[in-house]
Amino acid sequence: MRPLTEAETRALFEKLGRYIGENIQLLVDRPDGTYCFRLHRDRVYYLSEKLLKVATSIPRDNLVSLGTCFGKFTKSQKFRLSVMALDFLAPYAKYKVWVKPGSEQSFLYGNHVLKSGLGRITENTAQYQGVVVYSMADVPLGFGVAAKSTQECRKVDPMAIVVFHQADVGEYVRNEDTLT
Amino acid sequence: MAAVRVEEVLAAAEEQEAEKRRSVTVEKELELEFDLGNLLALDRNPPAAAGLRGAAPGREAKLRALARDNTQLLVAQLWELPAERAGGAGGPLVARLPEPAFRLPREKPPPRPRPPTRWEQFARLKGIRRRKRTSLVWDEEAKEWRRRWGYRRAGGDPARAWLAEVPEGADPEEDQFARLRREKRERVARNELNRLRNLARAHRAGTAIPAAPLHPTGHQSREELSHVARVARVSTASLGRFQPRLPKEPSEPPSRNAGKKRRFEPLLGNLAAERSRQLELLRDMGSKKPVLDITRAVNKQLRQEEAEAAAAKGKKQSQRGKRGRRQ
Repeated sequence: MRPLTEAETRALFEKLGRYIGENIQLLVDRPDGTYCFRLHRDRVYYLSEKLLKVATSIPRDNLVSLGTCFGKFTKSQKFRLSVMALDFLAPYAKYKVWVKPGSEQSFLYGNHVLKSGLGRITENTAQYQGVVVYSMADVPLGFGVAAKSTQECRKVDPMAIVVFHQADVGEYVRNEDTLT
Repeated sequence: MAAVRVEEVLAAAEEQEAEKRRSVTVEKELELEFDLGNLLALDRNPPAAAGLRGAAPGREAKLRALARDNTQLLVAQLWELPAERAGGAGGPLVARLPEPAFRLPREKPPPRPRPPTRWEQFARLKGIRRRKRTSLVWDEEAKEWRRRWGYRRAGGDPARAWLAEVPEGADPEEDQFARLRREKRERVARNELNRLRNLARAHRAGTAIPAAPLHPTGHQSREELSHVARVARVSTASLGRFQPRLPKEPSEPPSRNAGKKRRFEPLLGNLAAERSRQLELLRDMGSKKPVLDITRAVNKQLRQEEAEAAAAKGKKQSQRGKRGRRQ
């Protein structure tokens, strides 16, 4: 377990910034306690200082997970955000997409969102912008990347993909073994 | 009386003048040879041998006078050089030295040739000479010229050989693939051992050990070249602190371990400092966003086009309606 180096912090913030923009400050600088990012076996964990102090007493080989895992660094040092960061992305998301009840299940199974399943989308969403996907009842389902901008979404045909799937809460069941 | 004193005074004054001039001019039988690039002055005048013998009195003074005279001549030659003011007007007066002409002798003894390796001795004994091999070999199956070894070699990839014949007289139960692998491992180990032995022999004989050359040879790998570049950057008087970086070279702060072990921040270090560093990083990242958002501009354009299309359609419909009503 170690703190992140500057290059790693930059990669992490760039990825998070695609979804929540400048609200990362609210994650870094919280009024209700000191929270920090730590790296353990290539995975980035977000945890409070209190928890960190307690976790230092566990040997490295036996430590499985601590706090919330935001994602991991791949072998080529790229950061991959995982679904466990959703709890922290959803309240601060800048661009949101609401999905109709009929295609909620499809998204939760790992498919992309088609135009026919699109309920609402935030105005001024750019293409390839990171978005958080909600159900019509405002329950965060996951996040992805907008395949089309809001303008194009209106004109495109119903079978076209509008949001690329990146992570959804169904992964908690599908990838139960590999999530830490 | 007065006249004598005046004469005395004049004589004293003249002597003083002569003294001053003498201190700047030096008389020598043979001219000195100068190598101003090395700040060298060669005096070929035969010295007063008796006065400079070991036990002669006043030897120190005589040597010092000789040195002073020769230095005076050298400095006079330096003043002859074209001088300029360094750093614009008001800077110090600087003379540009010519290229050094005198070849200075070696500081260290020249390297001795390394002792021949065991193979070299054997080859010399037997009269075996090195045959230059071609780099490409004709591959019958692929019907083209392939490398002798390496990527896409002639004869196929040895790792994918699917057949290993059992040689005559070998145990039929033996695993041939395992045998081939083991033998390759043994060959590699034996070669490595011999290489290290040759190196040790050369080291013991006190000769120059062949190290990786620092000048470009054309046969260097990427790691060797980056190592050489790093050595070249550090080989300046200020140990590479003010060297400009190459376009894609990452800037590294000087690490005390210098390539031995990565060092990280302490795990439970100053969390407030860490937080402020991260906030500053965020601020830096945020300030670099471009002012013109291309997608927003494109969206605006699309919206405008849509509005125009809708207006045109509305006009056409109203016109058609009017025409229909005119009967």
